[in-house]
Amino acid sequence: MVDLVPLFVAIPLAAAFLCLLLKRFGDRVCGAITLLGILAVLGLSLTAIAVGTDAVNMAGGYGVTMRDGRPFVAGIAIVLDGLARLFLLVVAVVGTAVVVYGFRYLERSTGRALYHVLLNLVFAGMTGAVLAGDVFNLFVFVEIASIASYALVAFGTGDREVEASFKYLLLGSIASLAILIGIAVLYAAGGFLNMADIAVAVREGRLGGAALLGASALFLFGFGLKAAMMPFHAWLPDAHPSAPAPISAVLSGLLIKTTGIYALVRVFFTILGPDPRVQTLLLVLGCVSMGAGVLLALGQDDLKRLLAYHSVSQMGFVLVGLGTGSALGVTAALFHAANHALFKSALFLSSGSLERMTGTRNLSEMGGLARRAPWTAAGTIGAALSISGIPPFNGFWSKLLILIALFSAGLPWAGTIAALTALLTLASFVKVQRKALFGALPERLAHVRDVPASMHVPVLVLSALCLLTFVLWPLGLGDVVQGAAATAQSADGQPPAIDSYLRLVLGRP
Amino acid sequence: MIYPLIAVLLFVGLYGLLVKRHVVQKILGLAIVEYAVNLLLVAIGYRDGGRPPILTPGEDPAAFAAGSVDPLPQALVLTSIVIGLGVVMLLVAIAMRLHQRFGTLDTTRMNRLHG
Repeated sequence: MVDLVPLFVAIPLAAAFLCLLLKRFGDRVCGAITLLGILAVLGLSLTAIAVGTDAVNMAGGYGVTMRDGRPFVAGIAIVLDGLARLFLLVVAVVGTAVVVYGFRYLERSTGRALYHVLLNLVFAGMTGAVLAGDVFNLFVFVEIASIASYALVAFGTGDREVEASFKYLLLGSIASLAILIGIAVLYAAGGFLNMADIAVAVREGRLGGAALLGASALFLFGFGLKAAMMPFHAWLPDAHPSAPAPISAVLSGLLIKTTGIYALVRVFFTILGPDPRVQTLLLVLGCVSMGAGVLLALGQDDLKRLLAYHSVSQMGFVLVGLGTGSALGVTAALFHAANHALFKSALFLSSGSLERMTGTRNLSEMGGLARRAPWTAAGTIGAALSISGIPPFNGFWSKLLILIALFSAGLPWAGTIAALTALLTLASFVKVQRKALFGALPERLAHVRDVPASMHVPVLVLSALCLLTFVLWPLGLGDVVQGAAATAQSADGQPPAIDSYLRLVLGRP
Repeated sequence: MIYPLIAVLLFVGLYGLLVKRHVVQKILGLAIVEYAVNLLLVAIGYRDGGRPPILTPGEDPAAFAAGSVDPLPQALVLTSIVIGLGVVMLLVAIAMRLHQRFGTLDTTRMNRLHG
């Protein structure tokens, strides 16, 4: 397994460059390369889960002997642990659905070869970010994914697209530079970039005080903006709806989690160790994101904008789960992040199908589409029930776990806000279904036809996974999620739960 | 002395980025912020009287490490400059599209979206 780990990054990167080189042979070739690439990543991530062992690969590293005779490998650590396995699986599953959906969705667009190049770069950036073993590489891979996503938001090159992309680019760059300054501060104070070395220095008290506080604030701002945490969310409701539907699904389903939530978990739990001040901030900002996000979503008529505001709100659930700092809270938060990736990408894909059928994104101009497009409607309803938290869909389980974690951590106010948000989310999606799928079919739409199978099957598969989560949980999914949470934090965070990670990377007992 | 100057440069850049309305002024602001961060990285690795971090054959590595500046931040700066170049290039490309679409580079007149 150790030798296979770099392939998670190398395959999508190679696919991106192959697409660029083979552009002249037509975009079908690029599509085939992209599909093969993401299928290979899916196979690798399933293998990694089946094997189940952690691995450290020192890519390009070389062995040296320290003065005290200890062997030491200088190089860039690529670390496959429980947390990375969960996110790799989610990226591969959603990525495959998105690639399949994109073939027919984009059949009338120009520049499809370049779309595949950029999509592969986003995949490479995301897999690289979750495997990076040092903070600077984390930054580099987050940048690769982000820069490719800025360009993809502008893919349509219309007024809205370029304006949204410009805003997103400026805000995203400020966040990236804040992260880079944070890394510089950590390096200046500690002299390390390797995550495990920094973690040891923090635990032994060699790294602390103002430098640690400053770096924490910069990381919270930088990665919080990438995770669309309020008040740093303003770019998301513009950027996510402006991209083509498959890209919206990648941005909302995967990018805000790998470059935002994953990085927050890795930095604040594995590296810097749980800090009550950071956790309080995560709780408060998470509650604000949940509540304000869903309230803003209620007033939207544009389906994709509505979904984007729900992403802000649902990320709030993840943040409050992390903010509890308890083992249950972190498990629930990571579970909800994975669930959100499935149902939100399904919803964005089906919003693309509905837009293609009706020529509009405004809910008030739709209606009765369930009769004309039964397959798309079935997929949409499944995903909508999941995000609304209806049992037995996956959203129900993770929201229930977050509520239990909040109340058992003695945070009834946060629990109340979460429960109210869940109710308002349900109300919002009842509105979506009533306006778009049921009710009277407008005259104009009397002859619309369902989208081709390659567009509704990915949505149906994602919705089926949402429905079957409770079957998959005892069959191994539960171990993956709990393994991820255990890497982030051991039982109740005492002592700071980086032991397994340190053992893995530094070879310490 | 160098760190306060870096802070000044950083805030000049942030001012241009956040307050100025013209697209080109915003892009220049971002470029200035990038320079400030790169300068910070180099300054962290600097050592008074340090020599360039190039190991000559036959030299004792320990003595070399004691006398040279820290090469690692310089490696980071190289990466960071490349990333910054990519970001600014993309921004300029998008700014050209903005001008094509809106006929202006004044951001207050680009409001098709309501955040």
